[in-house]
Amino acid sequence: MPDLGKYALEVGLAYGASAVLLLALVGLSVLRAARVRRQLEKVEARRG
Amino acid sequence: MPSIWTFANPTRFMAVTQRLVPAFGGLAALCLIGGLIWGFFFTPDDYRQGATVKIIYLHVPAAFLAINAWFMMLVASLIWLIRRHHVSALAARAAAPIGVTMTLIALVTGAVWGQPMWGTWWAWDPRLTSFLILFLFYLGYISLWGAIDDPDTAADLTSVLCLVGSVFAVLSRYAVNFWNQGLHQGASLSLDAEENVADVFYYPLLVCLAGFLALFVALVLLRTRTEIRARRLHVLRLRERMADA
Repeated sequence: MPDLGKYALEVGLAYGASAVLLLALVGLSVLRAARVRRQLEKVEARRG
Repeated sequence: MPSIWTFANPTRFMAVTQRLVPAFGGLAALCLIGGLIWGFFFTPDDYRQGATVKIIYLHVPAAFLAINAWFMMLVASLIWLIRRHHVSALAARAAAPIGVTMTLIALVTGAVWGQPMWGTWWAWDPRLTSFLILFLFYLGYISLWGAIDDPDTAADLTSVLCLVGSVFAVLSRYAVNFWNQGLHQGASLSLDAEENVADVFYYPLLVCLAGFLALFVALVLLRTRTEIRARRLHVLRLRERMADA
């Protein structure tokens, strides 16, 4: 771990907030993709 | 070589992008993990900014994408308005949540960096203010898509909003040059080598930028595929309801 000195809080905050936002974006995108795909397959199967 | 307009066909788009999403996703993970580890652990502190210079690896790529995601939406919106290709309207819709997240990351990391360097979290500086307005335009754009039931009407109105918002996307990029005042410095990355940051920060920054760009492409493709499926799902459900009635 590099010595961040007196700016450890700021750097940690920037990386932490960015990680949360990026992971939320990727997670929500993947979850919605899977949900919509599942629903579409169900409706298409019903139609035969 | 196939024309770009062949991708306006949803079936063709789905077939081509099926393999591109994991490819760009893998590239994004590789570049982001590599670039951030390089930048965080293996670059020195800046002689003026100290360790806060490490924030550059998140702030600059996020700001770059915040602006360019809007330009991608602008191009897709113009294609919709002129040629009425549904995939382009859905691609613009798919890019907006990515753009707003990038804008938020740029604003948050900028504020966190600005507090120790400028002595304030926020200033009504031309670039910061135009970025905040761009963020509000993203929110308005996303809300407008959600507020209108008819998809073609929603695509028309959001496209017009996108055209208007482009002014602030341009201002976000060039406000420093236009007004030459405020706290925010000029571009950290430029084709003019004299303006760039020092090499020791520049190369890991380029890798992070490539990672963010690959992530953007992967997410736009994934979300556009989802929007195409959601549109088809909506149509099939409507047909079922009409058949039942």
